[in-house]
Amino acid sequence: MVTNSIHWFRKGLRLHDNPSLADSLLGADTVRCVYILDPWFAGSSNVGIHRWRFLLQSLQDLDSSLRKHHSRLFVIRGQPTDVFPRLFKEWNTSRLSYEYDSEPFGKERDAAIRKLACEAGVEVTVRVSHTLYDPDRIIELNGGQSPLTYKRFQTLIGRMESVEMPAESVADDVMGKCRTPMSEDHDDKFGVPSLEELGFDTEGLSSAVWPGGETEALARLERHLERKAWVANFERPRMNANSLLASPTGLSPYLRFGCLSCRLFYFKLTDLYMKVKKNSSPPLSLYGQLLWREFFYTAATNNPRFDKMESNPICVQIPWDRDPEALAKWAEGRTGFPWIDAIMTQLRREGWIHHLARHAVACFLTRGDLWIGWEEGMKVFEELLLDADWSVNAGSWMWLSCSSFFQQFFHCYCPVGFGRRADPNGDYIRRYLPILRGFPAEYIYDPWNAPESVQKAAECVIGVHYPKPMVNHAHASRLNIERMKQIYQQLSCCRGFGEETHTHTHTHTHTNTHSRPAVDRQPSVSLASERCGLCLTGPGLRKRHSEDAADGKSAKVQRRGAL
Amino acid sequence: MKRIKGGEEDGHGPPSGSPPEACKKVRTQASEESEAAGASDAPVSDWARLPQELLLHIFQYLPLLDRAYASQVGRRWNQTFHMPELWRCFEFELNQPASSYLKATHPDLIKQIIKRHSNHLQYVSFKVDSSTESAEAACDILSQLVNCSLKTLGLISTARPSFMEVPKSHFISALTVVFVNSKSLSSLKIDDTPVDDPSLKVLVANNSDTLKLLKMSSCPHVSPAGILCVADQCHGLRELALNYHLLSDELLLALSSEKHVHLEHLRIDVVSENPGQHFHTIKRSSWDAMVRHSPKFNLVMYFFLYEDEFGPFFNEEVPVTHLYFGRSVSKEVLGRVGLHCPRLVELVVCANGLRPLDEELIRIAKHCTQLSAIGLGECEVSCSAFVEFVKMCGRRLSQLSIMEEVLIPDNKYSLDEIHWEVSKHLGRVWFPDMMPTWVPFCDQWRSSIPWKKQAAPWLHQKGACTSGLT
Repeated sequence: MVTNSIHWFRKGLRLHDNPSLADSLLGADTVRCVYILDPWFAGSSNVGIHRWRFLLQSLQDLDSSLRKHHSRLFVIRGQPTDVFPRLFKEWNTSRLSYEYDSEPFGKERDAAIRKLACEAGVEVTVRVSHTLYDPDRIIELNGGQSPLTYKRFQTLIGRMESVEMPAESVADDVMGKCRTPMSEDHDDKFGVPSLEELGFDTEGLSSAVWPGGETEALARLERHLERKAWVANFERPRMNANSLLASPTGLSPYLRFGCLSCRLFYFKLTDLYMKVKKNSSPPLSLYGQLLWREFFYTAATNNPRFDKMESNPICVQIPWDRDPEALAKWAEGRTGFPWIDAIMTQLRREGWIHHLARHAVACFLTRGDLWIGWEEGMKVFEELLLDADWSVNAGSWMWLSCSSFFQQFFHCYCPVGFGRRADPNGDYIRRYLPILRGFPAEYIYDPWNAPESVQKAAECVIGVHYPKPMVNHAHASRLNIERMKQIYQQLSCCRGFGEETHTHTHTHTHTNTHSRPAVDRQPSVSLASERCGLCLTGPGLRKRHSEDAADGKSAKVQRRGAL
Repeated sequence: MKRIKGGEEDGHGPPSGSPPEACKKVRTQASEESEAAGASDAPVSDWARLPQELLLHIFQYLPLLDRAYASQVGRRWNQTFHMPELWRCFEFELNQPASSYLKATHPDLIKQIIKRHSNHLQYVSFKVDSSTESAEAACDILSQLVNCSLKTLGLISTARPSFMEVPKSHFISALTVVFVNSKSLSSLKIDDTPVDDPSLKVLVANNSDTLKLLKMSSCPHVSPAGILCVADQCHGLRELALNYHLLSDELLLALSSEKHVHLEHLRIDVVSENPGQHFHTIKRSSWDAMVRHSPKFNLVMYFFLYEDEFGPFFNEEVPVTHLYFGRSVSKEVLGRVGLHCPRLVELVVCANGLRPLDEELIRIAKHCTQLSAIGLGECEVSCSAFVEFVKMCGRRLSQLSIMEEVLIPDNKYSLDEIHWEVSKHLGRVWFPDMMPTWVPFCDQWRSSIPWKKQAAPWLHQKGACTSGLT
């Protein structure tokens, strides 16, 4: 019997470490690699032009790699549920393979396709390769619940079986055994579309700072490791003026689209560490950044409301302000804080910003200054950021807005001081906000404080050529810290305002303290809990400890009563 | 299940009838019924026969919306729904769809409460979003609370301080309705509102015997004389929160007069209104009087100042117990804190300049012998100095919240080692706080100098300082 395979690319846009593709090829007579793209979706979706360009470049690269193996990529226009029944019939398909997608939306889509495949008598092969571990295994190990703290997650990782080795790259000897049937008009029917074809206006579009594709990803990986080997420093890098800029060794968008396998990266990093450090075994912190990604994937996999505040069981309900005007100022870089505006300009122009810069703008939008809901910020990032994974993006926003995963909310970034610490000269500001170029370093982070003469000399009068700051940071942070305390107080005790919470003796866990009768919340009113905010995040701290202590169990943040 | 368990643990007994008794009652009742009706009958009707005290007890564990649904079951459940015990405490949530994501208390419910339950209300709070309409709606409700006797009233702005947008006269007249009608107000939280001196006089005239707590940070229409009048008359006042510009020597002396009860908490917000503002000083003798009168009182101070505005602070001994620096604070000021705050229990430094805080922390550890909680945000401390600090404070540090980026590895400790070392001195497992790194591997490549080389000059300085102090 003839075996005709289809490999369906979604993420995982690569030929190296692609176990489901390898499975698909094994013993097959023909193979067709498809990518399904909905051209109508392109124009209307909230995904920005940079991400589309990155995707199309990655598909181009995939196509040219496949050509080397005498195959091609089939880009098919339409919706997966419409496309597959047709393809199964037309191509007489017996096997379908794709990479496992752990995200709730992906799981739902894949379940539908699996059903269609079953109905058509097509065998389905799925393998985990977008993450280091199978998120479901981690959850199983944690007694069926997603770990809610990173510490807990690390403990679980320590107990997991070791990371699976990357699959062999698809090579000629495997590929050679199975043919890809192609027609003369392949390019017309299945070619990779251009941005223009998708309806994007590309006039004035500057060349990509982050070119998409597996080839670029592998080249960057080599450079990245060379760099690390040379510096021989595996500590977490500290931010400075240079690290704010896009780097030719940055890998995040490539991991997001799966142009680079996280497992390949993991093992290359391990090898290098062993070589440089003379065979001492690498600490968990070596993989810190990869593990964060894993953490958020695990947290999100069973939570379809992970990107929402409402009805999201792990998200604290915070009475964020709804203010479209202020949101627009933030998103378009018109806040009047050069540090914030420069970051947002870089994000819009290049599709990438440093992670501490993300912290700065996320904090500013939410709990730090504007008190606007994190969902709004997440949507802007989703549009503009090349590496915005659904899980990682939503999870990071919840974290930074103190909506989940518990954190001390006094850790707030100052929109003036933080930037000044990172780049005292202000070169980063001048690069992205040339209007402020004339300001001396002294005033470049708070130009509104510059004397009129300085503003005139800089040819930039604040309030005329560049906006005045949209908030008074001192006032805003005072108000917001109060707001946060209020919320966490209610979470921890669920009584009226200002009730007694003796931090040091308090040992309730979250769920228990929340369980006081709704009506009985009262009145031993006191300012005792109005201390420095440190104690007030007590619930968070206690929660964290209790989760780490209670092996296997993780309580959820209770949502407040319905009214 | 958990809810009930929690309730029992907390020892907040139900207001009437203990559960076991009530259970017994319902069991006997039910069995009588079923015997009468024939043992095999489905016990559907039993729910309706729950004794009211038991029902009331159950209702207390339900959120309002669930209670409202339950009240539609039958007349008896509906009667229970309206029992005064269930209406002592109420939180009005006033939100507009245009400015908030959260649901508001339904207008019909508000009407019903004012009509049927306002005389039952004792503990009332208003949560108001950033729109002026919501704040005005709150004032409208307040002015209808004529026949109630509140013990607690809280006006809470959940987003921006929207009460400030309400016409002052409207706000004042609504607030004074409560002051005049509720003769036994004991706790009042009116931060960020346009309350003024005359309205405080009304408060004093009607509630001076009962007022225990007054929280009124950022109320720009109150003058030092206005708050002094409250302190002079309300001798039971134990907890007070206000802004620094209302704090005076006279106020402290009034609070420490013989007639006055011991003060428990005094919270002061020091907020910079405009750059370069000048702040007055408080005499050391006034603080001393306060400490003599209330040796155990907590002085909580929140600073939101520019670095150059700290001049008048911490030059002399201050009995501050909880200190929060919301903006950048200089090394020099922290140095003064280490010298002049012997009662310090808790310290939070949100940000500092570029130089490490090594000597300052060690000085604080040495002089602030009560210190048990510390939080450091955007600052830098060398790992060695931090370990030294923890060693000096030891196990009394029950809260230690340090951002990972704060700790600068040096030749003695790396980041991996420090967690063990600190855990050892604390006697419990400790980790620095972390922010998610979000994007894997976007580090710089350009900065060809590894941090160790950059850090070298500081290490020299630090070594000198720490060895001198320890």
